[in-house]
Amino acid sequence: MPLPKLLGRTKPADPDHVGEPQLAPIEAATEAGLTVVDWIDERTALSPGVRWLMFRKVPKGINWAYTLGSATLFAFLNQAVTGVFLAMYYRPDVAGGAYESIRNINDNVFLGQFVHGMHKWGASVMIILIFMHMARVFFFGAYKYPRELTWIIGVVLLILTMAMGFTGYLLPFDQRSYWATIVGVNINNTGPFIGPYMGDFLRAGPEFGATTLSRFYAIHMLLIPGIMAALIGFHLYLVTKLGISSPPWVKAHEPEAVTEYVEV
Amino acid sequence: MPGAFEGETVTRRRFMNVVAQGAGGIAAAAFTLPALGFALGPIFDREPFQWQIIGKPEDFTQDAYTTKVLTIVEGIGEAGESLTYVRKRDPAIDSEPLFEHEGYVLNNFVALSSRCMHLGCPVRYVAAAERFICPCHGGVYNFRGEVAGGPPVRPLDRFYNLVHDGYLYLGPRYSVNSELERFSPRDPGEPLDGIGQYLYPARFSTSVLPPTNNLPAPPVVPGG
Repeated sequence: MPLPKLLGRTKPADPDHVGEPQLAPIEAATEAGLTVVDWIDERTALSPGVRWLMFRKVPKGINWAYTLGSATLFAFLNQAVTGVFLAMYYRPDVAGGAYESIRNINDNVFLGQFVHGMHKWGASVMIILIFMHMARVFFFGAYKYPRELTWIIGVVLLILTMAMGFTGYLLPFDQRSYWATIVGVNINNTGPFIGPYMGDFLRAGPEFGATTLSRFYAIHMLLIPGIMAALIGFHLYLVTKLGISSPPWVKAHEPEAVTEYVEV
Repeated sequence: MPGAFEGETVTRRRFMNVVAQGAGGIAAAAFTLPALGFALGPIFDREPFQWQIIGKPEDFTQDAYTTKVLTIVEGIGEAGESLTYVRKRDPAIDSEPLFEHEGYVLNNFVALSSRCMHLGCPVRYVAAAERFICPCHGGVYNFRGEVAGGPPVRPLDRFYNLVHDGYLYLGPRYSVNSELERFSPRDPGEPLDGIGQYLYPARFSTSVLPPTNNLPAPPVVPGG
């Protein structure tokens, strides 16, 4: 039975390569990677975008301080990856199961203590890197026109990262976690008028209850990371679109026309 | 752009645009609003609270506090428990009035919550000093639970209590201002003096005084 017409359709011969000899199998194998990339690129036209993102012009005089943003991005990726795998063993059970599951990760799971440690210490590293990145941008004046929106999104990302720290702190569910969360929620409640209701929202009720831990867990691993990933994407788009500012000690080369004096 | 026919006020292109965007908006709202209500629901949900037995009246004296564990949230083990410091009311020093509720005289005992009114850490009673001391930020309360020093903004919260059938029953928590006047329960860090009670309004979620017609029965004593 012949193939349906649609499936049997072959690619029309490439007029540029008519009559060229076929590659030997070993050569074809070495070219396979390139062939796959070409195949994808022909259908997506992604390569100009990748080139636009990766091969940008950067100003003279940039230094290691300019890598702090990338460092923060990798800290975020570390948190995301280790967090996903911690979630495979973690159980947000307020009646003792949460603490037991963390104890199991640390004591029994292969590399569990290491991955947990990566997540725990990575959180502190990320906060430190964010503040160093922010200080670099501030002291170099890189937040000025036209990069104000990049700065504003960065500040939102800082706040979200702190919210991650707050919600994540409860999850080991030991005495320190529990009381730190009690104190943290109560600090939040001291906001006038809406503070008490925000506390009820965070705790899912007037007291620390059965669903407080799962609520914090959902906020920590689903809600905030999703928002952060989207905002990081937009932050990076703006960095790429607007380019990197030069360091303040590098004087812009002014065109002749501007400095020319005209006699009147 | 002129209309497709005489007297047309909305072009077909614009009409289709509005319909498509509106349908998308309605579809998005159809899952966003219920999800939002789901997350915000606990703010408006009133938690039921049961009277619970914490001892016999003769277990408590006027001049010393006895520590008791009570359950604030059922079914979650230690995380749902809290401490209370209980003593018999001493008319010589306790000026706050008794009051009646469904035929019972309430608050013949002083049952203080261990929750510090600065930020909610658990205070401990130091009998030698007759003071409650908070380990977190140094809050100090006197024998009646009033602020004696440090950052707390109001006296220690209390629990309603009544005596029934030879047992002391504890009810829900309530808050007091510096005159020991009763308010519905507030969270720590929220002052109740002056404009405090308006800055930090009562919440929908906190328990009201539960009825006394279904008090839990006393424990059965073996051989008693």
